Amino acid sequence: MTTAEEHKSGGIGKDLLVYVCLLALAGVQFIIAYQNIDAAQMFTRMLVVACVEAGLAMLFFMHLWSEKRAFLWFVVIFTVSVLLGMQYGWTDSFRMLVGSAPFSKFT
Amino acid sequence: MSQADLTMEGHAAGLTAGPVFSIPTKKLAMWLFIIADTMTFAACLVAYGFLRNGTPNWPRPFHNITNVALMTFILLTSSLTMLIGLRSARAGDKAGAFRWIMITAALGIVFALLHIREWMELIDQGMTLFKNPWGTGLFGASFFSITGLHLTHVSCGVIALLAVGVRYKGGRYNADDIEVLGLYWHFVDLVWMFVVPLVYLLNLTH
Repeated sequence: MTTAEEHKSGGIGKDLLVYVCLLALAGVQFIIAYQNIDAAQMFTRMLVVACVEAGLAMLFFMHLWSEKRAFLWFVVIFTVSVLLGMQYGWTDSFRMLVGSAPFSKFT
Repeated sequence: MSQADLTMEGHAAGLTAGPVFSIPTKKLAMWLFIIADTMTFAACLVAYGFLRNGTPNWPRPFHNITNVALMTFILLTSSLTMLIGLRSARAGDKAGAFRWIMITAALGIVFALLHIREWMELIDQGMTLFKNPWGTGLFGASFFSITGLHLTHVSCGVIALLAVGVRYKGGRYNADDIEVLGLYWHFVDLVWMFVVPLVYLLNLTH
């Protein structure tokens, strides 16, 4: 990393700040786990927090913020597209509740 | 100009072009690996969510969060020590960089040991890949698959940290190699941020 890039990525203070933020967000996930809400709401809230954590880790710990914007967009667009593609079958999982998934019977 | 000349000229132009996205080849290769590995973990977690959603008697075997909270803290801290190691390497502090990389590896080992201890406790309670005392047998298969895949990544990361650290100290590797390894280590940390809520926290006994 050049000096300019080092400057752009910030010093150890920024790393510590991101670390504290990640610890706090992890703490938030644990708090959500003890909230008296239904599973769907809990799942959504936890996933949102996890996505924020992942974003912070990628941008600052993995220095994606210091890379070329074209590369940042390549990683984000490609990854998000495939992840969204994986959400296609959720409705089928609700259908399984009626017939039950294979091998899911309690023995 | 002949066809052969045109072809050679094309090759020469290709060879003189800068690296893709203006980042070093090793780093690009690691990013491509990380993207591919993201798909692997995402497929596992989506499949897990699919099964959990479609199975009425999904078990909730976790009573307390102390162990998983400690594991999370250790892994997050190891990411910070990795960053400090990289900064030391960039600053030319070879001894400091080596020390921080070894601390990162030690934290990775502690994480793996805590993970194995947790596995042993669950196995002692009667949980196997195909059955458990609490509900559907699918839980054991999905739990051991996802956490096992993550534990494998942590173990490989620890081995890589030790190997790269020693070679860096010996002068065979430089700060760029530490940065590439750091990308992998932070990725392992990043995956854990999704494993904890989906596999542990959603399955807490209230």
